[in-house]
Amino acid sequence: MSHLLALDPLLRGSVTWSVFVVVVIKVAVAFVILLVSVMLYIWAMRKVIADMQNRIGPNRAGPYGVLQTLADGIKLFFKEQSIPNSADRPVFRLAPYLSIMPAFLMFCVVPIGGTVSILGHQTFLQVVDLPMGALFILAMSGLGVYGVMLAGWSSGSKYPLLGSVRASAQLLSYEAAFGLAILGVLIQAGTLSTHEIVAQQSWTNAWSFVSHWFWLKTFVAFVIFLVAATAETNHPPFDLVEAEQELVGGFNTEYTGIRFAIFYLAEFMNVITMSAIAVTLFLGGPSGPGLGFLARDNVLNVWVMPVVWFVVKVLALLFATVWVRASLPRMRYDRLMSLGWKWLIEIAILWVLVTATVQVAIVEDWNRLVAASIAVGAAVAAYGVLYASMPKSGEQIEEFR
Amino acid sequence: MEAVVFFVCGAAVIIGALGVIAGRNPVHSALFLLLTLVSIAVLYLQQHAALVAAVQIVVYASAIVVLFLFVITLLGVDKGEAPDDAHPVQQVAAVVLGVLVLTGILVLVHGNRWVTGAHSTRGALGAADSGNVETLAKSLFTDFVWAFEMTAVLLVIAVVGSVVLARRSGHRADAPSAEAHATEPGERSPA
Repeated sequence: MSHLLALDPLLRGSVTWSVFVVVVIKVAVAFVILLVSVMLYIWAMRKVIADMQNRIGPNRAGPYGVLQTLADGIKLFFKEQSIPNSADRPVFRLAPYLSIMPAFLMFCVVPIGGTVSILGHQTFLQVVDLPMGALFILAMSGLGVYGVMLAGWSSGSKYPLLGSVRASAQLLSYEAAFGLAILGVLIQAGTLSTHEIVAQQSWTNAWSFVSHWFWLKTFVAFVIFLVAATAETNHPPFDLVEAEQELVGGFNTEYTGIRFAIFYLAEFMNVITMSAIAVTLFLGGPSGPGLGFLARDNVLNVWVMPVVWFVVKVLALLFATVWVRASLPRMRYDRLMSLGWKWLIEIAILWVLVTATVQVAIVEDWNRLVAASIAVGAAVAAYGVLYASMPKSGEQIEEFR
Repeated sequence: MEAVVFFVCGAAVIIGALGVIAGRNPVHSALFLLLTLVSIAVLYLQQHAALVAAVQIVVYASAIVVLFLFVITLLGVDKGEAPDDAHPVQQVAAVVLGVLVLTGILVLVHGNRWVTGAHSTRGALGAADSGNVETLAKSLFTDFVWAFEMTAVLLVIAVVGSVVLARRSGHRADAPSAEAHATEPGERSPA
């Protein structure tokens, strides 16, 4: 097994006690960081939305109400937990943990800094660098559906079941577009390891954020990724899973106390993890200009600056998420499905083909511009044919009556 | 270390497999199946087949079992099956066939050395740190490209065929399946 993880200099050679301690520290720190950032994110989200709606927002617990989430968490922790009589008890108890585990595991492959040394060991500032890290992200986002689905089913009540059916359909539909968007990056990067992907986006000159980061080179994939990731995390405008007006509270209606809190935690953990993954794949991860007046191996440039850049980028994406949440109304369900199936998946497939063509042109030393324009032209033509052959919404309704 | 992982995962695989057939509730069976599939993925990882492990989780654990659950919860067959509706010969046949398969496996294992012998019949899977992706992709797109493309065509035909069949039966408004699918997204207009 150790061969598999030998990408990280820490795990090359024999595993001694200090190596083990470093690994445990990394896991614990990642978990705590994620928990604390969820707490702060929920507070910041409420504050920002309140600001956008001309309200004050939480302002009682702690300075600027920053401890509000902590207070809510403590309250939920001590509340009575009830299980409905019609519930399937073992599955009802299991579901919250099934939803929080993938959210955390996904974060484990995200590099949040450069290569540092802890206790005399060189190591990457990420919990683990898997050789198939990108596939691991896909696998974990796929497992995320279980928590929601089983929670709804095991509650033994109507609205949660409807919510969970919606959720599983939505997650399965957008999983395809999500995977294809990641594929767009993987073809250009030529590797599945998240550390390698970030290394290819490193900061070499002032224009690296255009020339090296993948967001511009894979712009279509980037946009599709953002939409699909929002749908994967059930965030507005795709939060049909818990549409209050129709479903009471969605899949978690019957949950109370700490189990409800765990679902809540998992949902926001997912948002943060997805933003971190978007930063890793498209926005260069921890890459950014260091402090020029200090030496390259100064502790500030090695330890602090990459983490600062990573946090700044994640915060920017999180702010955008909150902005979208505050401004867009929820989508209608059939619109959601047709956006996923008729637009995102097709465009993502065609984008993958275009990217692959350009990549082959680079390897074979063809004229890139000609290859790219032929590929784009073929893609547009193919989508035109596809779109023309799709049933219009009116026809579809006729067919099912 | 390897032995510990092997025995823990092996036990999980067997517990999951027993749970699948012993569970009265189809949803519990599906969850035990999930346990088996994930444990097998860990065993693949231990054999340095990182790509196979990832594919195992992406395809089986997170797509196929989800579809199972989807069907179970949608069609409402989650109430538990009556154990006495089995065919009388079924149980005897199951035991006989099970013993036959077990004997076959034991004979094959006795004659071959899969575990301790050569790791692969097609040479090494490449450097372990690349997650075998390159080697696998190369042989898929060179030596086995015909089989690969044919499998793709077969899958597309299967999908198109099932859609055609499903649509044809959907015309009967009184069919019970149409009722069960009513909540499925995109199948019906909201009107």
